[in-house]
Amino acid sequence: MSAKKGLHLTLKIWRQKNTKTKGQFETYKISDVSTDSSFLEMLDILNENLINDGKEPIAFDHDCREGICGMCSLYINGRAHGPDTGITTCQLHMRMFKDGETIVIEPWRSAAFPVIKDLMVDRSAFDRVMAAGGFISVNTSGNTLDANAIPVPKEDADKAMDAAACIGCGACVATCKNGSAMLFVGAKVSQYALLPQGRVEATRRVLNMVKAMDDEGFGNCSNTGACEVECPKGISLENIARMNREYMAAYADRG
Amino acid sequence: MSKLDSKIPGGPLKDKWKNHKDHMNLVAPNNRDKIDIIVVGTGLAGGSAAATLAEQGYNVKAFCYQDSPRRAHSIAAQGGINAAKNYQGDGDSTYRLFYDTIKGGDYRAREANVYRLAEVSANIIDQCVSQGVPFGRDYGGQLDNRSFGGVQVKRTFYAKGQTGQQLLLGAYSSLSRQIGKGRVQMFNRHEMLELVIVDGKARGIIARNLVTGEIERHSAHAVVIASGGYGNVYFLSTNAMGSNVSAAWKIHKKGAYFANPCYVQIHPTCIPVHGTQQSKLTLMSESLRNSGRIWVPKKIEDSVAIREGKLRPENIKEEDRDYYLERRYPAFGNLVPRDVASRAGKERCDAGFGIENNETKEGVYLDFSTEIMKKGKESAIEKHIHNPTEQQIYDLGKAWIEEKYGNLFVMYEKITADDPYKTPMKIYPAVHYTMGGVWVDYNLQSTIPGCFVVGEANFSDHGANRLGASALMQGLADGYFVLPYTIADYLSADIRTGQIPTNSPEFDAAEKEIKDKVNFFVNNKGTHSVDYFHKQLGHIMWNKVGMGRTPEGLREAIVEIDEVKKNFWKDVKVMGETEGMNTELEKAFRVADFIELGQLMAIDALHRNESCGGHFREDHATPEGEAERDDVNFKYVGAWEYQGDDIKHEVLHKEDLIYDNIEVKARSYK
Repeated sequence: MSAKKGLHLTLKIWRQKNTKTKGQFETYKISDVSTDSSFLEMLDILNENLINDGKEPIAFDHDCREGICGMCSLYINGRAHGPDTGITTCQLHMRMFKDGETIVIEPWRSAAFPVIKDLMVDRSAFDRVMAAGGFISVNTSGNTLDANAIPVPKEDADKAMDAAACIGCGACVATCKNGSAMLFVGAKVSQYALLPQGRVEATRRVLNMVKAMDDEGFGNCSNTGACEVECPKGISLENIARMNREYMAAYADRG
Repeated sequence: MSKLDSKIPGGPLKDKWKNHKDHMNLVAPNNRDKIDIIVVGTGLAGGSAAATLAEQGYNVKAFCYQDSPRRAHSIAAQGGINAAKNYQGDGDSTYRLFYDTIKGGDYRAREANVYRLAEVSANIIDQCVSQGVPFGRDYGGQLDNRSFGGVQVKRTFYAKGQTGQQLLLGAYSSLSRQIGKGRVQMFNRHEMLELVIVDGKARGIIARNLVTGEIERHSAHAVVIASGGYGNVYFLSTNAMGSNVSAAWKIHKKGAYFANPCYVQIHPTCIPVHGTQQSKLTLMSESLRNSGRIWVPKKIEDSVAIREGKLRPENIKEEDRDYYLERRYPAFGNLVPRDVASRAGKERCDAGFGIENNETKEGVYLDFSTEIMKKGKESAIEKHIHNPTEQQIYDLGKAWIEEKYGNLFVMYEKITADDPYKTPMKIYPAVHYTMGGVWVDYNLQSTIPGCFVVGEANFSDHGANRLGASALMQGLADGYFVLPYTIADYLSADIRTGQIPTNSPEFDAAEKEIKDKVNFFVNNKGTHSVDYFHKQLGHIMWNKVGMGRTPEGLREAIVEIDEVKKNFWKDVKVMGETEGMNTELEKAFRVADFIELGQLMAIDALHRNESCGGHFREDHATPEGEAERDDVNFKYVGAWEYQGDDIKHEVLHKEDLIYDNIEVKARSYK
C-alpha cells in the first residue's frame, strides 16, 4: 500500500494464568500497525513482539478469521467484538481506531463462560445445551424421503436460514447484563420451529433446551435487546419471542 | 513390496458400490458396543462419521482442536454442494456428475470412487433436508439450485452464502444428539499427536489436552482420521488458522502412504494480499462467478493509472475492458474451473495488467454491474413496472444481488472498506483446498490396517483439481454413507478382541516420544518465534511450489526447506510452560510437520513431469499457455512411503489409474 502511516496504540489487556488464579490488566505499547490489518493481526504483532522480548504471548481464541466459525471473542472498549456492528472480532479492522488511542481488551465475562487463560473462555455450555435437544431426531443412514417431498414456503425457509445463521460465538451472553443465552437458544429453537421437519418433537426440544440453558447458569432475558445489537449475524429478538411462545405451548402441553 | 491394493470391486461401474455393500462383512447390532472407534476431526467428514457410527451402536470417541465441533473449518465453505438430482431438468445425471468431476480433476482421480460419490450425492441432500438444513427454496417450496465452475448444469444446492456452515451445523446437531445420549464421548480442545500401532494395526492415539497440557492415551479398535487439508503449509491460505496436517502427517510417518501431495488448489476468487502484517486470506465464494464478470483493463496504462489511484474501474469504458475468461473460454466463460481461472488471472497480472495498488501489483476485477442491470430489468418486468428509470433498475438489481450474496458483499466491504455494489471486487488466487492426502483404498482405509482416512485428509476423489461444491459432497458422502459400511467390514474381525489396553509398551513409547518433544520445545533457548519459521516456509512454498512451478525452482525449494527445518529445530523459541494452555507449543508441533510435508510437496511436484490441474509446470505448457498433461507417463497416483527422518529418502509407489468408462482427453473449456 502506498506508504500509509501506522497506528501507535496503548493496549490494556486482561491477563489471567488459568481458571483458578486471579487476573489483572497489563499495559502494552504497540506501534506501526497498518490500518488494513485486522484486530487479531494486531494482536499477532503484539504477540510476536512479546516473544521477541522473552515474554509469554497473550492467549486468545480465533480460527477461521473469516467471520464464520464463531471462535473469536474479545470485549473491546466495553463492547462485544468491538466498536462496529454486525461483525466478529476477526472482521474488525484497525481503520476503526485512531492513532494514539488506548484500547481495553477483555475476555467474555459471564458466569457460564469461565476464563481458561487470558482472553480465552470456555463456551462448552453451548454444546451441552445443543446436546439437550438442538437437533432433529433423524437417523443419518440416508434412508429418508426425497428432499422435494418436504416443500417449505420460501419465506419460512428464509426465516429459518436467518435464525440458523447463528455462529455460537457468545457475544449475546457476553453483552447481556443477565448473562442470558436466550438469543442463542431462541435461534436454534426458531430454525426448527419454522420448518415442517422440526415440528414432530418441538415440545421436547424447547423444554429440554430451556432446562439445559437454566442448568448451565445462564440468566434470564429482560428484553433489553443488547444481544441483538451486538450479534455479529443480526439474529433478531423475534427468535426469543418465538422460543417463548414455543415454550409456553410446550409447557401447557406437557401433560 | 508395494502395499497399494485399491480394492476396487469388480463388475460394471454403476453396480460396484451396490455389489460391494452386498458382500461386505457386517458387525451385528448386539456386537457393536464391544467396539471402540476414534474419530480425529469433526468437520463434515469426521462429524458425520462420528454421528453415524455412534448411531449404529459403536462406542465413538471424537476429537477436535477447536472449543466445539461446530467450529471445524468446513463451516467456512460458502457456495454450495453438488448433487445429481436433476431437479432443474437440464440434463443432469449420476453419470454426468461423475464425468464432470473426473474431467475437472484432470483425469487423476479414481474412477470407482468418483462414481460412488456421484451416486450417493442425491441422498446427501435428502439426508440434510430431513435434518433441518435450510437450503435455498423457490416460491413453490422446492429446492433451488445454482451453477458452479466447470459444469453446464445447475446442480449446486446452497444455503445463502453459508452452505458449509449449515451442512456442518447439520452434522454437528446429529453429533450433539449422540453426545447427549452418551454414545459419543467428545474431546474438545484436544489434539492428536501420535498414532499407536499394536501388532500392525491402528489401536489408538496419543492426544494432548490443550487446556491442561496433559498427554493422554486413548485406545480403540480403529482410528478414523478426518483432519482436513494442509493448505496452511503456505502460511497464507484460506484455511482456518489452526487447521493443520499433523494427524495425517503422523500416520504417514507410521506407515500410511501420502498421495499426490503436490496437488493444491489455488482458488481464483480471494481477496488479494494487503500487506506484510497479513495472517490469512479470505475467500469470496466461487458462486459469485455466476453473476460477476472478471476483467482487467485492456490498456496497460489504465492498469498503471488504477494502481496509482488516478483512475477508478467504474470509469473504464466497456470496450477498454478485457473480459479475459469470456475471451479465452467462450463455452464456459467466467465459469471455467478453478485452476483455469486462477492461471488466467495470474497470466494477466504477470503481464502487468494487475490492478491492486500495492507492491504485488496483483488482483483482477470481479464486476457485478452487468448482472445488477440485467436482474433489475427482469425484476421490473416481473413487478409490472413499465418504463423503469435507470435508478429503479439498479435498485431492483441490487436487491436481487443482496438476497443471493448479501453476506459475502458485507464481508468484502468489512475487509477492504470498498463497496462492491458500487465498485468491482478486487480478487486474486489463493491457496485453498488440497487434493492430495493420505492414500486410501476403495474402503477408505490407509496402508495401515485399521486406520481410515475421510474427507479432505484423503486423496481419492478430486484428482489434480477440485471442482467447486464437490468438497462438501465428498466430506458428507464419506462420513454418512461410505465409511460406516466399509469400516464394519474391517471391524467384523474384532468382536472378540475386547478393549484395547493403554498400558502396553506401544502406548508407553508413543507417549514418551511426545513428552520428549514437548520438553524440547519449551526448554529450547532459541531466538525466533514459531511464526517466523512458518512464514519462511510459506514464502518458499508460494514462490516455488505455488501456481507455476519450474524444475529449477523446485530443486531450490527442496534445499531451502532443508535449511528452514535445520534452523527451526536449532533456533525455535517457544514461550510458556508444558502445563496449561500454551498456543505457541501447539503451533510448534504443527509447523514442524508443515516443514516436512512442504518438502515432500516440492519433491512430488518435481517428479511429476507434466502439468495437470492444480499442478502447473511452466515447462509443460501448450503455446497458448494451457496445461499440458502427459497421460502416457503420469496417469497414476504418486504415493510416498516414509523412510526415516530425511524426507528426500521417501519411496514412490504408483497406483495406475484405469479409465474403463470414459475417454481420457485433453481438458478444453473453450
